[in-house]
Amino acid sequence: MSDTKKMALIASRGTLDWAYPPFILASTAVAMDMEVQIFFTFYGLTLLKKKLDAKVAPHSNPSMPMKMPFGPKSFKNIEWPIPNLISSNLPGFNDVATTLMKKTFKSKGVATVEQLRDICVESGVKLVGCQMTMDVFGFTKDEFIDGVELGGAATFLEFAAEADIQLFV
Amino acid sequence: MSDVQANMELDCRGLNCPLPILKTKKAIETLNTGDVLKMIATDPGSINDMTAWTKRTGNELISHEESGDEYIFFIRKK
Repeated sequence: MSDTKKMALIASRGTLDWAYPPFILASTAVAMDMEVQIFFTFYGLTLLKKKLDAKVAPHSNPSMPMKMPFGPKSFKNIEWPIPNLISSNLPGFNDVATTLMKKTFKSKGVATVEQLRDICVESGVKLVGCQMTMDVFGFTKDEFIDGVELGGAATFLEFAAEADIQLFV
Repeated sequence: MSDVQANMELDCRGLNCPLPILKTKKAIETLNTGDVLKMIATDPGSINDMTAWTKRTGNELISHEESGDEYIFFIRKK
């Protein structure tokens, strides 16, 4: 195919669950011979940090299934009705939920966010950090992985205007 | 069974989206034009995904078979 398709993504969230869509789509698009740029803004910027530390917060995700990744099938299928009073107040609850989500993903043969991000970097996905949000949050470029470029809304729009797919995550 | 001879076999059993596609892409890059890759997956989504991937990349999906829980694809590199 001679005309290369292009995909422009905005990654605006930094939690573990929302870290997946941009990296899954970007790595797959490149595998489908597309050219990809991801614009990381607001909380999405944290996905560019050298040490990824994305977590999930079940109390802000009412539809998130709370299941255990181990034990017999009947146990794994139980949805634990954990009240917000507990999930939002119990210290360490998010860490436990994050560990459980990572375990579940692993047991289902899903790549880690780090793996997918590495593939994106290796395969030439262009990663752009939003300069304005970096200033607001006090992030510096040396906190990010190598190869990140910086820019603003115009940088994204210039690429997006020529892109066949544009998605906001 | 397909009577196509594969030049390379790729085991994607147990892997979930998008890994079978990403690994297939990597594997096909190591082959020469006309070579055939045999890929085995257990992800039921891989039938639609492989069809879409070959359509987009121009590689030829020679055949796909189902055998128990496994999906077996033969892809010819363009």
